[in-house]
Amino acid sequence: MKYEDVLRSEALRREEVIVLTAENRAPIRHLPPSLGLRFIDVGICEQTMIGAAAGLALRGRVPVAHALASFLTMRAFEFIRTDLGIARLPVKLVGYVPGFLSEANGPTHQAIEDVALMRGIPSMRVVCPADEDELAEALPALLDDPCPCYIRYNHLAPAVAHRAPFVLGRAEVLSEGDRVALLTYGFLLREAAAAARLLEQQGVPVRLVNLRTLAPADEAEIVASARGTGLLVTIEDHFATGGLYSLVAEVLLRHGVRARVHPIHLGDRWFTPALLPDVLETERFSGIHLAARVLAALEAP
Amino acid sequence: MSEPRHDLPALALAVREHVVHMATRGGCFIGASLSCADLLVHLYTRVLDVTPERLSDPDRDYLFLSKGHDVPALYATLAELGYIERGRLAQHLSPHDSIYWHPNRAVPGVEFHSGSLGHLLAVGLGVALDIKLRGGKNRVFVLLGDGELDEGSIWEACLVAAAYHLDNLVAVVDRNDFQANVRTEELIPLEPLPFKFQSFGWSCRTVDGHDFAALATAFENLPYAQGRPSVVIARTVRGKGIPSIERRADRWFADFTAAEVEALLGELRGEAAATLETEGLVVR
Repeated sequence: MKYEDVLRSEALRREEVIVLTAENRAPIRHLPPSLGLRFIDVGICEQTMIGAAAGLALRGRVPVAHALASFLTMRAFEFIRTDLGIARLPVKLVGYVPGFLSEANGPTHQAIEDVALMRGIPSMRVVCPADEDELAEALPALLDDPCPCYIRYNHLAPAVAHRAPFVLGRAEVLSEGDRVALLTYGFLLREAAAAARLLEQQGVPVRLVNLRTLAPADEAEIVASARGTGLLVTIEDHFATGGLYSLVAEVLLRHGVRARVHPIHLGDRWFTPALLPDVLETERFSGIHLAARVLAALEAP
Repeated sequence: MSEPRHDLPALALAVREHVVHMATRGGCFIGASLSCADLLVHLYTRVLDVTPERLSDPDRDYLFLSKGHDVPALYATLAELGYIERGRLAQHLSPHDSIYWHPNRAVPGVEFHSGSLGHLLAVGLGVALDIKLRGGKNRVFVLLGDGELDEGSIWEACLVAAAYHLDNLVAVVDRNDFQANVRTEELIPLEPLPFKFQSFGWSCRTVDGHDFAALATAFENLPYAQGRPSVVIARTVRGKGIPSIERRADRWFADFTAAEVEALLGELRGEAAATLETEGLVVR
């Protein structure tokens, strides 16, 4: 399923959907002929796009606004927080090439604090699909939802054979081993699944969890993972602060659950710019590297 | 001005060859790199008071590349003029070097990182302010893209630069008529662009950005008005030098095959037009 095709069919079915872009055409390049005046390209001005989306939403529209994830979430941050967050307007933000998917663009384009920023806005949904199928499946539900939403856009092929339909706020549990739980989101599910296979081959039963939405988070599943295994491992292409590791810590504290948690993230530094396979290798996020890092964490005292 | 006197067309050709070599194995933003190649060659050899030995000299002229995606042209110019090793260009996109799709200030000659559009006119303004405060005579040049002029921060910086009478600040617009994916005038029209800058308190000249004689005249007479920042609007062609990709919306970013690179290098030297199988891309 293509994101673009689902967005087109939803927009044709529902007059209220407006597609906006700050000249980020790649994920929606074929939509202008079908949508006519409901496709609005404002040029390279993210703040104005968000302000305009708020105005459209005030008139009953559901704007779906596209830009590169770093410029969308950071350049326009105060507009998002003030115009969409305070007013709780149902604008859907689609961040292109988030995290490692910015590849060789360099730190300016690395959205690796986007989850922290968007999660910090009350009422904002944060959805991180594992692949394009999951994104496309989620889209109609996100358009129905009355809250603003940030989507970590992902155009990659299916990461795994999915087991559960998309439900906002619900994680997908892909295996139910009891030794270690791997919690992840976005395309890294692919690498985490590869790591899980390697670990299983070495006799380590894995609970593999695809978080899907980081706000609202599936707190019950995080608690179940903590109670049902001996070690929680969070895996994310994000800074240490404010992402999944922070989320898990908040949830465990809130529920009074003690657990061993081993975070795999980018710490406090930008990643080495390169093509994606080289990034995964250099940053030690490939399935093989992840499996080795999890084994090391399991063996640590 | 830098000595010795360079053969500018030959230097520009060498820069373009480097750019084409970078447009494979992951690719680069070739269109904008080729449109500003003559501008960068001219600025570095005839205008900027800077050398590889003076990159820490506070009295040097500064050049900020605000439209950072054209950095292949800057790296190639820096390599040809001895700021960095030519061999480093072959490390483009390698995780073992630091030359990637946008400027990295760890590379000698790169004054600041960019890639997020609309940042460096403000940064250049800050440098120009400090030069004024310290009584310096050096100048600050900021290379802007025309698509980049969509960003509101550009116009905020224009207001502030005029308010502070920064006649040591020079914006150079690479007016290649394209946003990433479409023509500027078809999306967010900029014309009459000189009037926009003038009404913000800047003095303005328009010049053919591929004509070295015209560029010499335009850059010899700065500032155009005492007490006002200057802007040079350089009319350029995206993809300049390779007719088969010139003014093509879908040849903004390119990741060509090795054979296509060879054909494009031939076309650059005046041979037959390259046959391109690689699909055009819409990236941004």
